[in-house]
Amino acid sequence: MSGHPTYQPQSPFMKWMERRLPIASLVYSSFIAYPTPRNLNYWWTFGGILTFMLTVQILTGIVLAMHYTPNVNLAFDSVEGIMRDVNYGWLLRYIHANGASFFFVAVYIHMARGMYYGSYKEPREVLWILGVILFLLMVATGFMGYVLPWGQMSFWAATVITNLFSAIPVVGHGIVTWLWGGYAVGNPTLNRFYSLHYLLPFVIAGVVVLHIWALHMVGQNNPTGVEPKDDRDTVAFTPYATVKDAFFVGLFCIVFAYFIFYIPNYLGHSDNYIPANPSQTPTHIVPEWYYLPFYAILRAIPSKLLGVTALATSILVLAFMPWLDTSAVRSANYRPLYRQFLLIFFVAVVGLGYLGSQEPVGGYVLAARFLTAYYFGFFFVILPLLGLFERTRPLPNSISESVLKHGAPIGASAPPPAGGQGGRP
Amino acid sequence: MNRQPSNIAATFALAAVLAGAGMSAGHAQEAAPPPRQHWSFAGPFGTYDPEQLQRGFKIYREVCSTCHSLKLLSFRNLADPGGPGFTEAQAAAIAATFQVTDGPNDQGQMFQRPGKISDNFPPPFANAQAAAAALGGKVPPDMSTLAKARSYEWGFPQFVFDAFTDYQEDGPDYIHAIINGYTTPPKGFVLPPGGQYNKYFPGGAIGMPQPLHDGQVKYTDGTPETLDQYGRDVAAFLMWAAEPKLDERKQLGFQVMIFLIVFTGLLYFTKKKVWHDVELHPELETPRAPTEYKA
Repeated sequence: MSGHPTYQPQSPFMKWMERRLPIASLVYSSFIAYPTPRNLNYWWTFGGILTFMLTVQILTGIVLAMHYTPNVNLAFDSVEGIMRDVNYGWLLRYIHANGASFFFVAVYIHMARGMYYGSYKEPREVLWILGVILFLLMVATGFMGYVLPWGQMSFWAATVITNLFSAIPVVGHGIVTWLWGGYAVGNPTLNRFYSLHYLLPFVIAGVVVLHIWALHMVGQNNPTGVEPKDDRDTVAFTPYATVKDAFFVGLFCIVFAYFIFYIPNYLGHSDNYIPANPSQTPTHIVPEWYYLPFYAILRAIPSKLLGVTALATSILVLAFMPWLDTSAVRSANYRPLYRQFLLIFFVAVVGLGYLGSQEPVGGYVLAARFLTAYYFGFFFVILPLLGLFERTRPLPNSISESVLKHGAPIGASAPPPAGGQGGRP
Repeated sequence: MNRQPSNIAATFALAAVLAGAGMSAGHAQEAAPPPRQHWSFAGPFGTYDPEQLQRGFKIYREVCSTCHSLKLLSFRNLADPGGPGFTEAQAAAIAATFQVTDGPNDQGQMFQRPGKISDNFPPPFANAQAAAAALGGKVPPDMSTLAKARSYEWGFPQFVFDAFTDYQEDGPDYIHAIINGYTTPPKGFVLPPGGQYNKYFPGGAIGMPQPLHDGQVKYTDGTPETLDQYGRDVAAFLMWAAEPKLDERKQLGFQVMIFLIVFTGLLYFTKKKVWHDVELHPELETPRAPTEYKA
């Protein structure tokens, strides 16, 4: 994909293969010789972690699907059957249910890293937009998966979320009826959600291929945001990046396993162990934790149509970041103001998440409105203006120079910095 | 860089004030928090106490099963490992004391027969409508998943601590509290017709009359026959009914954690070894697979 494959087939079979399907040299150039910036920190391991999580979800999901029954009268009991009578069914289900949460943990860290280090900027716009598409697909897949156990929260979350489409003028109610396959959430809804929940992960896998392809075209960003210039700036993907990724996948799995084995229901809602009952509305309908910030934005706005628009905009705006951000400097390490506004943005998103879990009353609504204003202000006001006014710090001339400056060990002779401090305004 | 900390501090202060305003306005907890009990199955090494589960089962059988179904459990589960520890013969004997509807037979008739070990627990009422008709309009919830279907909103910051202290016993705590929570209503509380006051029930008015009283169920092993003990025993039994694989889960979890910690430790040292030269001599060209970098 990028770089020059220098894979030289040795055995007669691989030589024969290379002339017909050069898959070995593709793997070699993409995952072995592929040059990665040498200064990548551990925040860069979350791409690998996400690939791992997608695999875990697909594998456990395929086995769960062998035992699950998508019918309103049988779904809840079939999930309980998995928990009770399928060999290690409890393990598969707890991996899959907590896996969804940890998939989102990883993707939020991955996105935050991209925002912090300016990974969305030229020439990585398409890479970034593919990432936003992946996130949207994940949101849809996670939502439909949550509906499948057909507990109280499944049913009512499906009702509330599909009803959002009714805010669309003129055609809204028609769309909702079409989505439901009837005049209420029912068996047709469950069936199509199951079908799509099985389909979308493979769509995600396909877009992941495009995402990695785009990544290998433009190369990885790095904490300095300065493109690699020569061989001193990069290391080979294998073993350097692979072993680093593997180590962090291991750490991630320790936390993941703690949730699976010791607090498997911590991230779920107890109401989902009550079978769905269309005639009884739960006292609080809350989505899964990973949608809470967006749910808070939806509820912060008194008009339904505007709320739904804000909800959609809050995710779609990410795709426009490459053009909303007018600064030429990528990494927040060299953008003192952007760094602060961004950290406040992260705090605001966490705050919105908390508010999304609470009842929308009194001061909570006020706080949610304030944070929602900051959320959109960050994208539509702060990002465009900062690039014009911010005094950025001088960039290093190269990655290797920044590495030398930071952690030159005793005895290592650092070459004198070349030239003046370029980038100082 | 020096003028920005005041910026950030001001923003945080504003956020904190707003959040504070939110918290004081929003918190209206309806029911009293259920007192947390000591459970044998709590914590990373917790296991069910078979004797407690047997006592709890006795309470279910003699009291709860009059109104509450347990339809996802079968009699064979009573002999499953990590459960109440009945032998298969005992479980079969228990099954035989229940009447189960079977059929249709050769004549097309449904008929009653004694339960077999492979049968599920038969429900006390033929259907929800029959239950509602007999019990004043309310259907008692099925008890198979009840202990996982009830919880209490502990709020911030308790919910963060609970993740670290491995607290997953909201359900049994709540059930124990409900059993013990029947009191005289506070002044001015208007009970709806047919309701009972229970300080742990959301809203205060519960449809279920007080199900257990001191000394009601006879224990043969010398355990005190108190309401408090009954509450704990039946809650433990219902937790097992909802989460029968808990023992197996925690045991396997310990093995998995040991493996992951050792394996990740090894990966850490592998990483250190692989990166050793690159990090020691950052000025040198890094070792790489033979390739040409395309800028």
